[in-house]
Amino acid sequence: MAIESLARSLADQPFCKELTQAQVEFLAGCAKNARFAAGEYVVREGQLADAMFLIRSGRIAIESHVPTKGSIQVDSLGPGDVLGWSVLLPPFRWHLDARALEPTLAFSLDANCVRGKVQADHSFGYAFTLRLLAEASQRLAQARLQQLDVYKAEVG
Amino acid sequence: MSDALLPEVMEVVRFRRETRDTFTLDLDARPRGGFRFAPGQFNMLYAFGFGEVPISISGDPLSPGVLTHTIRAVGPVTRALGRLKKGDGIGVRGPFGSYWPVDEAQGKDVVIVAGGIGLAPLRPTLYSVLSRRKAFGRVCIAYGARTPADLLFARELEKWRGRIDVDLEVTVDRGDADWRGQTGVVTKLLGRFELDPENAVAMLCGPEVMMRFASRALEGLGVPPARIYLSMERNMKCGVGSCGHCQLGPTFICKDGPVFPLPRMTPLMAVREL
Amino acid sequence: MDAWTLPRTRLGALIRSLRDRGYEVIGPSYRDGAIVLDRIESDDDLPNGKRDVQGKGTYRVEDGEDARAFAFAVGPHSFKRWFHVPVERLYRVEREGKRLRFVPEPVTERKLALFGARGCDLAAMTVLDRVLLGDRYRDERYAKRRSDVAVIAVHCDSPSDNCFCHSMGTGPRARGPWDLALTELLDSRSHRFVVESGSALGHALVRELGLESASILDRTRAAEVPIRAARMLKKELKDARDLPTRLGAALESPKFDGLDSRCLSCANCTLACPTCFCTTIEDRTSLDGSSAERHRRLDSCFVGEHSYLHGGSVRQSTHSRYRQWLTHKLMTWVDQFGSSGCVGCGRCITWCPVGIDLTEEARAVSESRSSTHRLE
Repeated sequence: MAIESLARSLADQPFCKELTQAQVEFLAGCAKNARFAAGEYVVREGQLADAMFLIRSGRIAIESHVPTKGSIQVDSLGPGDVLGWSVLLPPFRWHLDARALEPTLAFSLDANCVRGKVQADHSFGYAFTLRLLAEASQRLAQARLQQLDVYKAEVG
Repeated sequence: MSDALLPEVMEVVRFRRETRDTFTLDLDARPRGGFRFAPGQFNMLYAFGFGEVPISISGDPLSPGVLTHTIRAVGPVTRALGRLKKGDGIGVRGPFGSYWPVDEAQGKDVVIVAGGIGLAPLRPTLYSVLSRRKAFGRVCIAYGARTPADLLFARELEKWRGRIDVDLEVTVDRGDADWRGQTGVVTKLLGRFELDPENAVAMLCGPEVMMRFASRALEGLGVPPARIYLSMERNMKCGVGSCGHCQLGPTFICKDGPVFPLPRMTPLMAVREL
Repeated sequence: MDAWTLPRTRLGALIRSLRDRGYEVIGPSYRDGAIVLDRIESDDDLPNGKRDVQGKGTYRVEDGEDARAFAFAVGPHSFKRWFHVPVERLYRVEREGKRLRFVPEPVTERKLALFGARGCDLAAMTVLDRVLLGDRYRDERYAKRRSDVAVIAVHCDSPSDNCFCHSMGTGPRARGPWDLALTELLDSRSHRFVVESGSALGHALVRELGLESASILDRTRAAEVPIRAARMLKKELKDARDLPTRLGAALESPKFDGLDSRCLSCANCTLACPTCFCTTIEDRTSLDGSSAERHRRLDSCFVGEHSYLHGGSVRQSTHSRYRQWLTHKLMTWVDQFGSSGCVGCGRCITWCPVGIDLTEEARAVSESRSSTHRLE
């Protein structure tokens, strides 16, 4: 897929809404298409985080495997969501599993490439990092609410 | 140990309730000349008519006249142990297993990370370290429990918190209205410690997921993986490496563990249902 | 190496000599449609003239082509059941008020002569010895049962379609240790055994029976028997030596997933296997609560509770249990005990009700890799 058309599709992603066209084209240099079959692991806990994903279609479960309980799903991501927003932060390893629940298409952004661009162009880096921060803030608020366990039935 | 499968009888001298589901049993070890063990080791405890469970020793290795275990009632055997009273007999086999690297930690900063009942197998290490405090660098304890009511050893926590040569941080997953302490996961506490990470030894005990996350956090702070130790758990029937139940990959948790250096466990913890 | 001739007509005398020395002779016997291991009193108890036909999930015994006494491979039993017994009481506990008293159960020591033992089964005993007698803790009960054992081995001439002893270095020629090893010869001349001795007991038996030295021709014929048998083997555990490394790289291979729909978790393989050693403990109380007993019995990693840990089992899926069995037997056993846990006897293939073949599964897995994410 030529960089121009990739950049156009990338620009449709909510993550890229605050970025300028030039910045999206800059980012597109790191992008490839990725495809996952239902049940396939996208990333595994402990592995090197070598890519960030912007989901185009399908659904991905974020899981942690707990011995005796199996894999516990703690979150799910769908079209327009970001997987791997911690790509800029050492130790650059995944701390959870991500598994496709259905056939999933995503943009995969090579982590080394992204980190390189963030360093090379600080104005791009600032815009990109601010977007990541917004993601993180949103996820944290969601995690807090989830942790409140508001539906739990009280034992009388 | 002439017959490692035959328990010896010891007498309960004290039953102490710690929390709603956890209790401590003190056993009289004086008739057999004291019970020597290394911090991190465990015994197989037998409750008459119910069976045996592996329980870490939670007492002071320098007071071998009393053998102490802190037990969480989660099944028929542990519940039966929870019904014992002063004077009751109990079967004991042990001590088994590998132990915390307390001696290797001399001259270094000691980081203790405990989750829930995981504080019990680490308490002997604390006793040992505090008994010769000057032999170690900083002593940092991160302890997390589910709720304030689940915090173990409340009185000792206060004592340790009161020492200026110990850095104790306590947190709960969920606090109630009266809770004035910290809330959140125990990994959050690790960044607070003033540590020389390259000269530190970390000892972790708690649910396996918690130890996975805490190990990563410690590595992120610069603690070398080979200096991070975990206490692992699996089903045990014999405690001596012959029943086969406690295997995790090539290791027998009962005799190669339960204490392992992190590098040995990382590839094994990464495989689901191993 | 010295060798003697034992006429078939004198095989019974050998059994008698062993019994006269106080040995209980355990050997193959045809019963209930199978060739099992049992106490034998005389050579009439042997499966004379029988042969076995084994396949994936199939076993039957038929009349053989001649009167040979050992023209078959191994049956469902191994000698394990006499040493690492299926069930035993470890001790009784008596309670008086608050006091407890443990009364250990003594082990009855028996002199056992393992008659007709095959290379794979002898290798299995050596493997089990390393598990239960080595390292820090000796299993004293097992040690007592192993203490006075005589072995009359037989070099195989009729491997089954499931045997792969050659891959594991355990047969068809029995390596030992044995007191005597027999190779059966039946031709136009006579029905006889070429006998080798491997111990003082073996030599004493040879002397007592007054055996004549075997001819050079017979020694040659006897040497050819296991070589011919090796050529008959249909299965192999491919590249057995570096198999552990390749399995280690494939622990999460999708090749394991298929076992979920094929394996029944019935545990037959672990029951038939001569080296599986897992046990579990059972505690029983008397009705009046004054005494209790503790029993130990053989267990299997296919049983759900094997990996039970507060609230659930670590290995919940069938394929994770099959993986545990396969990788323990062929890979982690090497780390733990210095040798493979498999001796190539083929019992797990014969006695699996759905015919899962360990050699095929090991090959499929070792030629694959753990699945990882893919990018276009």
